[in-house]
Amino acid sequence: MHTYIFDNYEAKDRSALIPLLQDIQGIYNYLPETALKDISEFVDIPLSRVYGVATFYNQFRLKPLGENVIKVCRGTACHVKSSANILFAIEHELNIKAGETTRDKKFTLEIVNCIGACSIAPVITINEDYYGRIAAKDIPKIIKNFTRKSVKQETVPAKEGSLK
Amino acid sequence: MNSYLDHCCEECWHTAKTPCDQFIKCCSGGPLCHQNEKCKEKYTKLGNQLRYSEHEIPLIFIGMGTCGLAAGALKVEEAIRSELAKLNLTAKIEATGCIGYCAKEVIVDIKLPGGTRISYCEITPKSVPKFIQKTIVEKGIFTEKVLGAHEKNQLGVPLLKDDPFFKHQMKIVLEHCGIINPTSIDTYIAHGGFRAFDKILSLMDSLEVVKEISASGLRGRGGAGFPTGKKWELANKQKADHKYLICNADEGDPGAFMDRSVLESDPFRVVEGMMIGGYAIGATLGYIYCRAEYPLAIERLQNTIELCRKYGLLGDNILNSNFSFDLKIKKGAGAFVCGEETALIGSIEGKRGMPRPRPPFPTDAGLFGKPTVINNVETFSNVAAIIRKGSQWFSSIGTEKSKGTKVFALSGKIVNSGLVEVPMGTKLSEVVFKIAGGIPDNKKFKAVQIGGPSGGCLPEKVMDTQVDYDSLKDVGAMMGSGGFVVMDEDTCMVDVARYFLTFIQSESCGKCVPCREGTKRMLEIIERIPKSYKSTTNKIDQLQRFKGIIHLKRLSSVIKDTSLCGLGQSAPNPVLSGLQYFRGEYEEHLYDRKCSAGVCKDLLTYSIDNTLCEGCGVCLRKCGVEAIVGEKGHAHYILDEKCIRCGMCIDACRFDAIMVN
Amino acid sequence: MVQLTINNIKVNAEKGMTILEAAKSVGINIPTLCHLKDLLPSGACRICSVEVEGYRGLTPSCAFPVSDGMVVETNSARVRRARKTIVELLIENHPQDCLVCVRNKNCELQNLSETYSVREHRFVGEKKDHAIDISSSSMERDPAKCVLCGRCVRICHEVQKIGAIDFTKRGFYSTVTTPFNKGLNVSDCILCGQCILVCPTAALREKSSLKEVVSALNDKNKFTVVQVAPAVRATLGEEYNLPLGTDVTGQIVMGLRRLGFKKVFDTNFAADLTIIEEATELIDRVSNNGKLPMFTSCCPGWVKYIEQNRPQLLEHVSSCKSPHEMEGAVLKTYYAKKMGLNPKDIFVVSIMPCTVKKFESNRAELAEENLHDVDAVLTTRELVRFFKIAGIEFGDLPEDKFDNPLGESTGAAAIFGTSGGVMEAALRTAYYKLTGSNLESLDFEAVRGSNGLKEATVKAGETELNIAVVNGIGNAKKVLDEIEKGSSKYHFIEVMTCPGGCINGGGQPIHQKPEKIMKRMRALYHIDANMKKRNSHENESVKVLYKEFLVEPNSPTAHKILHTHYLDRKKILDN
Repeated sequence: MHTYIFDNYEAKDRSALIPLLQDIQGIYNYLPETALKDISEFVDIPLSRVYGVATFYNQFRLKPLGENVIKVCRGTACHVKSSANILFAIEHELNIKAGETTRDKKFTLEIVNCIGACSIAPVITINEDYYGRIAAKDIPKIIKNFTRKSVKQETVPAKEGSLK
Repeated sequence: MNSYLDHCCEECWHTAKTPCDQFIKCCSGGPLCHQNEKCKEKYTKLGNQLRYSEHEIPLIFIGMGTCGLAAGALKVEEAIRSELAKLNLTAKIEATGCIGYCAKEVIVDIKLPGGTRISYCEITPKSVPKFIQKTIVEKGIFTEKVLGAHEKNQLGVPLLKDDPFFKHQMKIVLEHCGIINPTSIDTYIAHGGFRAFDKILSLMDSLEVVKEISASGLRGRGGAGFPTGKKWELANKQKADHKYLICNADEGDPGAFMDRSVLESDPFRVVEGMMIGGYAIGATLGYIYCRAEYPLAIERLQNTIELCRKYGLLGDNILNSNFSFDLKIKKGAGAFVCGEETALIGSIEGKRGMPRPRPPFPTDAGLFGKPTVINNVETFSNVAAIIRKGSQWFSSIGTEKSKGTKVFALSGKIVNSGLVEVPMGTKLSEVVFKIAGGIPDNKKFKAVQIGGPSGGCLPEKVMDTQVDYDSLKDVGAMMGSGGFVVMDEDTCMVDVARYFLTFIQSESCGKCVPCREGTKRMLEIIERIPKSYKSTTNKIDQLQRFKGIIHLKRLSSVIKDTSLCGLGQSAPNPVLSGLQYFRGEYEEHLYDRKCSAGVCKDLLTYSIDNTLCEGCGVCLRKCGVEAIVGEKGHAHYILDEKCIRCGMCIDACRFDAIMVN
Repeated sequence: MVQLTINNIKVNAEKGMTILEAAKSVGINIPTLCHLKDLLPSGACRICSVEVEGYRGLTPSCAFPVSDGMVVETNSARVRRARKTIVELLIENHPQDCLVCVRNKNCELQNLSETYSVREHRFVGEKKDHAIDISSSSMERDPAKCVLCGRCVRICHEVQKIGAIDFTKRGFYSTVTTPFNKGLNVSDCILCGQCILVCPTAALREKSSLKEVVSALNDKNKFTVVQVAPAVRATLGEEYNLPLGTDVTGQIVMGLRRLGFKKVFDTNFAADLTIIEEATELIDRVSNNGKLPMFTSCCPGWVKYIEQNRPQLLEHVSSCKSPHEMEGAVLKTYYAKKMGLNPKDIFVVSIMPCTVKKFESNRAELAEENLHDVDAVLTTRELVRFFKIAGIEFGDLPEDKFDNPLGESTGAAAIFGTSGGVMEAALRTAYYKLTGSNLESLDFEAVRGSNGLKEATVKAGETELNIAVVNGIGNAKKVLDEIEKGSSKYHFIEVMTCPGGCINGGGQPIHQKPEKIMKRMRALYHIDANMKKRNSHENESVKVLYKEFLVEPNSPTAHKILHTHYLDRKKILDN
C-alpha cells in the first residue's frame, strides 16, 4: 500500500533513502518493518543500514504514534523558563515518560530541541497547536481537553495559535 | 500587467523557455527593448503597487512567521476578515514574515491609500473590532497598541526605527523581513531583488564574484567564521564535471531561530545568494538542507524555487547567460550534528549524519565526491547586498576582522525577545539592556549564553565585549549561529551546564570516543554536583562527586583536543566558561550544598508552614508521589524522603503555606 | 616524495602517505583501533592522535596525509594524556570481565590499557547494557563488549558486501547490531566470521562447541573421531608464536590423539573425493547441456549466501557436499560398515578454519534420519584452547600421521584451503578425465594469488573451459549479475567467502599481521609441491572406496552419500 511512493524516486538512488523514510512516515506516522524492507530493496542499501539511518535521526519512529502528539520544547529559552517542570507535569499527568505513548494510544509525549517559538517560552505543541507561556499547573486542564472530546478546544485558556 | 511575467505588449517575449537577458533590468526601468510610454506606465504602476506605495483600498499586513502563527496570527486574520465583512469594507490582507519583535506578536500593520504604514502590536481577535474601527473606519490611530510608523508622518506616530528595539539595529539580512510578502517573487523584484544576480550575469565573471566576496570580508555565519570568499575560491579553482552548493538551514541550536525567520520572511534573498554562489564556484545544482521541524520555511522555500523556475531564474540558460543552475530542498531528519559540513553531506547522500575526517575538505571532495561549498542561510543572505552595494560598503561595517552585521535570536529572561541584527562590534551590554530591554520583574542579570551548546555563558563583567568572532572567543564563548539567551538570578549555572551537556550527549553522533564517551562522563560529573546526600545512598557515589570534579578539566581538554568534529571539540565550552566565571556557584553547590537560584531540586527542601496551612487537602491530592500527609483541617506535613520537589503543591496551595529552602 | 619531521627525526615519505604510515616507516609505533589497512580511514577512535605543528587540536594520524615540512610529535605529554584518557573512557564503558573473557590476553583494549598504564577507574558511570545474541549456530554477538571501532561493520559492508550489521541509534547509545536488533540467525549474515577476525575485543566471537566434544570424548559408548581441514595446519602454529605459514600437521595429529580421539583423519582425503565427484559433475554438465556455469560448493558461507540472496541461481551450484561433510558421510556409512560400528555411535568432530561450518554441520539436508554427517565443529582457535586445557605442550609434541583409510591425500587436496585451490585441483582432474593424461605443469598460476576475481581459459583436448575464481564474497556480485543477465562466459566458478580463502577463515587465529594471507597461502602450496602425488585421481584410498562402495563417480550411491540439495532461504528470511 505504500509502494506508490517509489514512483517519485529513481531505483538504487541512495540519496533517496531519507526522503523515502520521511514519505513512509508521512503515510503511517511511523516506520513499519515491512516498509523498511521494501525501501532497502528499492534503493539497494542493506537493511541494516536502512535501520541504522532510521534510528539515527530524531524524526523517525519505529512505533506507531498516539492519537495526539504532545511535544515539549526543551530549547534553551524554554529551559530557563522551567520547561523541565512542564515536562514533569505532563509525564505525571499521562503517567508516561518522554518518548512513550499512553496505553490507550491517546497520547504520545515527545521532547523537541527547539521549535523556534522562543518568544512565547515555555512552549508545548499538541498536534498542530501551540501552547505558549504555560505553567505546570495548566497541564491537567489542557490535557483534559483532549480526553473529553465534546469540549471545544477554544475553552482552553493557554492556547496561543496554530500552524494550520 | 499583474506580474512581471505578464508581457507589457507583444514586443516583450521573456519566458523561462525564451529567456531575455534584460528581464531583471526591465522590471525596474522597463521596457528597455522598445520605446512605448504606455508600456513604461504599466511597469511603473506595477512597481509602485508591489512596493505598496500605490493602492486604492487599505492594506493590512499581518506578521505570519512561526512566532506570529504561534501567537495566534491566523485567528487574528480570521477576526479581521469577518470584521471587514461585517462592516462591508474592502481591504487587502498581505501576510508578511517576522519583523523580529516576536515578543509583541501578533503584529499588524495598516496602510491607508496615500497614508503612512503604521505597525500595531499584540493584536488579539478580541481587540480586532476596535482596532478596525479606529484605523480603517475612523482612519485614525489605535493608540493602545501602536508600535510605530514606517515613514515620517503628520499623525504624531513615532518612527518605528526610533523604537529602542530597532534603534540600535542595522538591517541587511533582515532588511525585508516583516515588511514584504515573502511568497511573491514580484514583490521581491520590485524591492530590488535579483539585481545583484543580474549584475553578475551581465558584468562579472565567476572569479570576479569570488574576489568581491573576499574583499567584503564576509565570514561564515554558521558559527566558525571561515572566510566565505576563501571557501568559494577553493571550489572555484577545482576542475570537475559537477560542483555542488549547499545551504545549511539545519538550524539546530536550541535557542536559535534566525535562519527559520529569514527563510520564512525573505526566502528569495537566500535563493538569490545561492544563485550568486553557484555562479561563483561553477555549481550546477544547489541543495537547501532544511530542518523538517520548520514546515513553514520549507513550504516557503518550495514556493520560492517554483516561482524562480517559472520566471526563468532557475533552470537552464538562466536569462540567456548560458549559466544553468537549479535548487533542491532536502529535509533534514533531525540531528544537530548535521550542522557539521561532512555530516550534512553524509545526510544528503542518504547516510547516518556522521562526520568524517578532513582532509579531504568538501571544497575538494564533498557531496557525491564532488567539490562542494556549504554556507549557512545568513551567509547567503548577505551575498546579494554585497554584490549590489559593493564590497567596500560591506567592509566599512563592523570591526577590523569581522565585517557586516550579525543576527541574534534574543530569548530568555528579557523584556523584548525576538530577532535582531546588529553591526559587528556592538557591545553585548547594548544588546541586552538597550535592544532587549533588560531583565523583567526587577530581577538581576546573571549571564548571557551565546553560541548555543558550543558557546559559553558570559557574566556582567565581560558585557563590554564586542560582538565579533575573535572577541567572543577570547572571553570563552563563540559567535555560534546566533542564539542569545539571557539568564537572570533565578537561573542556576550548574543547571545550565547540565542542560547543554544533556543536549550534546543526546545529539552526539557516537562516532568518536571522546565525544561519545567523554561528554557522557562529563555530564555524569556535573549531574553529581547538585545531588544531595539524601538521595544518594551509595557512599561511593559521594566520593565520585569530588573525584569527578578533579578530573573534569583534564577530561574537557582531551575532548576538545581529540574530538572528530566541532560538536565534540566545543562540547566542554559551557562547562569551562561556567567554571571560569561562576566558580562560586559550583563551589556553593559542592560545599555548601545550596543552590541560590533555587533550581537544583535535590538541594531544596519543601516544607509546610503549619501556621499558614489550613489543612484543606488540595496539596495532598495534587502530590503525585504521596509525599504529603495530614488530616483534613489540620496542618499538613511533607515527607522529605518521598518529595521529588516538583513544585505542584506550591502551585496548588491557596494559602502560600509551602516553603522552599 | 615529501620530507617531514616526526619526533625530531627527518622522514622521507611518499606523497599521499598518512602520518601513521610515515611514522611506521621509521619505527615509530602509533596505536590504532578503528584503523583497517586498505580501507578508507574512519577516524572514529582517536587513539592514533598526534600533535601536528600549526594545528589547534590533535590530529588522527591514520587519516591525515603527510605534507612537506610538517612537524609531528607522536609522543608528547599531551598526546599520551589524550590517548590514556581515551583508553580510560573505553574501559569505563566495558564490562571489564577480562578474567572470564574468551579474548583474555588477545584483546586490543586490554593491550592499550596495559600500554598506557591505566591503574584506576577515573570516570565511573553508566555502562551500556545489551543482551548477548546467541541465536546463530556459529557466532555470538556481545554488544556490551563493543568499543564501536566499526571494523566489523566495514568488513561486512565494504569487503564482504553483506551488510548484516551496522551502527544503530546514536551517541552513547550507539550499538552495532542487526536490523531491528533481531538475532543474527534471521539477518542477512552468512556467519563467515570475518568480523570476528577484526574485532579488537570479544564483542564478536565464535559459538564454542567444546562442551559437546568433551562430553562425546567422555562417553564410553561413543566412537569419537576427528578430521582436520587443510587450512588449519598452516595457521595453528601462530597461536604458539611460530612464524606465519609454519606447517604443523604432524603436531596437530599427535595433539588430537592425546586428546583422546579414537581416530584422527584428514579432511584432505574427502577433498580428493570431492574433486572426483565435482570434476565428473562438471564434465557431465558441459557435455550434456547442464546448467552452466557450475559453482563450487565447498564453502558453506558461499552456499548460505546464494541461498539467501540468489535462490534463483541455486541450480548452478554443484550438488557435492563439502569435503568434511563427505568425510563424515563416508565415516558413518562405508567406514562404519567396514569396522562393524553402529553409525549412531560414531561422533565426528571437524577441526575447521571456519565459523560457518558449525552452521553447515547443523543443516538438516546434511543428515540422514537425524544422524548428522558431522556432529561437532571446532575452529582452529577452539582447538588451541582445548590443547591448553588438556595440558598439551604443543611445541614439544612429536609428529604423527593420520589414520587410514581416510587419512591419505594428495597435493591437490592440500590447496583446498586457499583461494583458487579447489579450482586448481579440479582442473588437474578434469583435464585428466577429458584427455586421459595429466597436465604438463600442475602449477596453475592464473588462479593463485589474492586478486578478487581471477580468470583463465583451459584447453583440455577438444574442450575449452572458461573458469573464474572469486576470492571473497564481496566480489561475487559481478559474476552473479552476469549469469542473471545471461552474459556469463564461464563454465566453472570457484567461490570462497573469505578473502584469501579458508586460510583466512573466520575460525582462524586472530591477529592483524598484514602478511598473514600470503604466508599462509604459500604454506599450502608448499605442502602441495612436496607431495609425491598431486592429483586427486591418484589417491589410492579413494580408488578403493569407489571399488568397494561407491561404484563410480556420480553413481546413485555416490549421489545418496556425497551429494546434497539447497534451500531457498530468501523465502524463509522474508517471512
